[in-house]
Amino acid sequence: MRMTTSDEDLAKAAAKGDADAFASLLARHYDRIFRLAFRLSGRADQAEDLTQDICAALPAKIAGFRAQAKFTTWLYRVVVNAAEDARRRQASHSRAALGWGDVEQMRRAEAAETAEAVDWLQRAMRSLPQELQDTLALTLEDEMTHAQAAEVLGLSEGTVSWRMSDIRKRLRALREEELKQ
Amino acid sequence: MTDDLKTLMDAATPAPNAQRRAENMEQAQKIFLRAQGTRFGKRPTDKRGPMARLTEGAKSMLNVLSHRGALTVTTAIAAVALVAILPQAWNQTQNPTFLPSEKRVESQNLTTASDRESELSHAIPQGGLAKPVIEAPVIVEESISEQSAAPALKKRAVSSEADGSSGLGIAAGALFDEARSIAPAPVPSDLSIAPEANTEAFANADTNPLKVTVEDPVSTFSIDVDTASYSIIRSSLMRGHLPAKDAVRVEEMVNYFPYKYPAPEGDRPFRPTIAVTPTPWNDGTQLVHIGIQGALPEIEGRPPLNLVFLIDTSGSMQNADKLPLLKQSFRLLLSELRPEDQVSIVTYAGSAGQVLEPTAASERSKILTALDRLEAGGSTAGQAGLQQAYQVAESMALEGEANRVILATDGDFNVGLSDPEALKDFIAGKRDSGTFLSVLGFGRGNLDDATMQALAQNGNGQAAYIDTLGEARKVLVDQLTGALFPIANDVKIQVEFNPAQIAEYRLIGYETRALRREDFSNDKVDAGDIGAGHSVTAIYEVTPVGSDAIRNGPLRYAEQAVSEGEDEIGYFKLRYKLPGTTESQLIEEPIRQGQGQMTTDVQFSYAIAGFGQLLRGGDYLGSWSYEDAIALANSAKGEDPFGYRAEAVTLMRLAETLAE
Repeated sequence: MRMTTSDEDLAKAAAKGDADAFASLLARHYDRIFRLAFRLSGRADQAEDLTQDICAALPAKIAGFRAQAKFTTWLYRVVVNAAEDARRRQASHSRAALGWGDVEQMRRAEAAETAEAVDWLQRAMRSLPQELQDTLALTLEDEMTHAQAAEVLGLSEGTVSWRMSDIRKRLRALREEELKQ
Repeated sequence: MTDDLKTLMDAATPAPNAQRRAENMEQAQKIFLRAQGTRFGKRPTDKRGPMARLTEGAKSMLNVLSHRGALTVTTAIAAVALVAILPQAWNQTQNPTFLPSEKRVESQNLTTASDRESELSHAIPQGGLAKPVIEAPVIVEESISEQSAAPALKKRAVSSEADGSSGLGIAAGALFDEARSIAPAPVPSDLSIAPEANTEAFANADTNPLKVTVEDPVSTFSIDVDTASYSIIRSSLMRGHLPAKDAVRVEEMVNYFPYKYPAPEGDRPFRPTIAVTPTPWNDGTQLVHIGIQGALPEIEGRPPLNLVFLIDTSGSMQNADKLPLLKQSFRLLLSELRPEDQVSIVTYAGSAGQVLEPTAASERSKILTALDRLEAGGSTAGQAGLQQAYQVAESMALEGEANRVILATDGDFNVGLSDPEALKDFIAGKRDSGTFLSVLGFGRGNLDDATMQALAQNGNGQAAYIDTLGEARKVLVDQLTGALFPIANDVKIQVEFNPAQIAEYRLIGYETRALRREDFSNDKVDAGDIGAGHSVTAIYEVTPVGSDAIRNGPLRYAEQAVSEGEDEIGYFKLRYKLPGTTESQLIEEPIRQGQGQMTTDVQFSYAIAGFGQLLRGGDYLGSWSYEDAIALANSAKGEDPFGYRAEAVTLMRLAETLAE
C-alpha cells in the first residue's frame, strides 16, 4: 500500500510558499491539466500551449488557494477559465458560434484530412456548442460527478445533467446521420 | 453512452509532450520561487522610485543588447518596451508586494492579463518585434541582473545568434522561445537574487562510523530527550518531501515514542534495562538495546511551578501554524496547571515587553485575555526578551519551587544576538542558579533547529517542535511533568566493549551528543537531563567476533585481544546527578550475550531506528527497506493508546513513496 500527502495539504503548503510542495503538486497533476486542456480544445498543439500558459500562471494563483474546494475542482476551474480566455483571444475561433449546418460543412472538409476512428469523437466534440464542449470534457474526467462539474463551471447540477442529455441527443443525431451516408 | 464516450475519449487523448512537460514544470518552479522572493522582500536597487527603475531597466537592456552586437534592433525594442511597460510596471512599482492574481476573482485573472496583452499587440506593429514587446515587463523587472536578462533577450531579439550559452539560456525556458498566447502571470521576477525560500538550519553531524573494538573499545555520549527531529520529519513528509538528511537525528526519533521499560525501584531516579537481540537488518550483527526509564514521582506532590512564557511575536510568526497554534497550545497547558502555579508572559518583537505580570494560574481568564491579545509584528530581538524573561522568573521564585522559561519561536534570532556563545553562557549561568529553559519551535521556513537545540541543551530543557495541536498536547500536557521536572541532570552513558567478544560496534544516532572518554567522569561537563517519567533509548549495533558481517579485516600486527569476563560482551556505565547536587553517582552493570527480552517496545524502537537510518541514507542497512521497517513497526504496535506508533507507520509509507 502506498500513501501520499493529500492534494489539499500540498496546495496549502504551496500557497504558503513551499516550493517542494508546489513541485510535487504540479508533477502529480500535469498530465491531468493537459488531458483536460486537450478535451477542451480538441487539438494536441493547442492543449500543449494552454498547459504551458497554465503552468506559468499557477505559481501566482496557488497563493490564493484557500482549501475551500477540493484541489482538483479548483484546478479544473483554472483550466476551464484559461481555455475560455484562450478561445476569446483567438479571432479565428468562430466555430462555437456557428450553426449546426456550418459545422457539418466544416466537418466534411476535415473528414478528408483524417480518417481514424477516434477522429469522430474529436469532430463530434468540436461540433458541439462551446458550453456543451466544456461540460462534456469535464464529465469525462475521472471521478467527476455532475455535481463536481457543476461546481467547476459555476452552474447548478441540474443544468449539467440537462446539458449532458442534450449532448447525448446531439451526438446520437450526428452518428445516425453519418451512418445514413 | 457516457461510458462509451469516455472510452473513446481516453483513446483519443494523446500523452503530453515529455520535453515540454519538463520545460513547463521547470519554468513554473522558477516563477514560483520568484513569486516567493518578492513576497518576502524586495531586492535592493540603487535607484529609488518607479521612473528611476524604468530608466534603469531600459538602460541595462541597452547595455545587454549592445554587448551582443545587435544595435540595430535595440533602440526600437527599448522604445516600444518603455511604452509597453507602463500599465503593468506602474502597479508593481507603486506597490512592490502587489500580486495582481491574488486580488482578482479567479475567472477574471487570465482574462485581464490577456486583454491587456491584446491591447498591446494592437498598439504595436506586428512581426518580429511583437514578441519581445509582450514580455517586456518581465525583462525590466529582471534587468537588475544583466546576467539573467541577457539570455532571455538574446534568445528572442537576436535569434540569429546560435551559440546558445546554455547554462543561463535555460532560464528563459520554453516560455520565452515563442510568443505565448497568454502573458505569463504578472509576477515580478527576481532572478538576480535567487531567493532562498528556506533558511532552516539543522544541528547534526556525520553518521557515527563503525568502530573496531580493539582500537577504540569505549563509547561515551550524553543522553538526549529531545524529540524535535521527529516532528520536523513528520512535517516534511506530510508536506510531500523527504526531510533534509541533517534534520534526521535517529535518537530523537526513537525517543519520541513513549516506552514502558521496567520502572525503577526504591529511591533510584531511573533504571536501565539492557537487551541483546538479533539485528533486523543484518543477520551477522546484534543490537544492544539500552532502555532507561525515569521514575514518575507523585504528580500530586509536585512543587508549585513558575512558568514564564517567552513568546516570539515577530512578523514571521503570523502564519496559522505559528502564533495561532502557539496560543492554542498554551491554552492546553494552562488547563493542566494548578491554582498555586504562576504564569507570566514576555514577548519579544523589536522591543521586549512583559505582556502579563506574574499571575496565579487560577486567574484563567486574565491569562487567556493576555494570550489572545498577542499579535505578530516587528523584527526579532531574542536576547533582550530572554534577559527580561529570566528577570521575571527570578522575581517569581520562592524556595522549593520549579522555575522555567518556555521560549516559543519560529527560529528567528536574527536581531540582537550578536554572540551566540555569550547567549549560551548566559543561559547556562541561569540554569546553575535554578531557572531552566525549554524551547518550543513552531512553523517551518526559518526554523533554526541548531540554535534551538543549543539553547535547550544549555538550559537543562527540552527542545520540541510543535507542528500540530496533537503534538502540543503530547509535549505540553501528556509530558508536562517530564518536561518541567528534571529528576536527574547531566546523564552520561559510557559503554566499553569486550574485544574478545565484539569485533566492531557502532552507536545508532547520538551524533550530536558524543562526549570525550575522559569527560564521562568529569562532573563539570554538562550533559542531558531526564525528566519525570521520561524514557530514553540508546541502541548499539555490534558485530561479534567471527561473524561474516565484520567489515574491517584483521590487522596483521595487532595484538591478540585478551579475554576477560567470559560471556560479557561489554560493560555499561551511567553517571547522573540528582537535581541540585554537583556530584555525580554511578550505575554500572555488565552486558551479557543474549540477555534481556525482545519486547514490542524494543522491536518498535528498532523499526524507528531503522526508519531514521533509511532517511539518513541507510549506509549500514544493506537491502533493508521501508517495507521492512513498516512490517516491523506494524508487528510491534502494542497498545499505542495515543496512536503515535500508527502515525509513524503512516510516515514510513509516505517516505517509501517519496524515496522512489
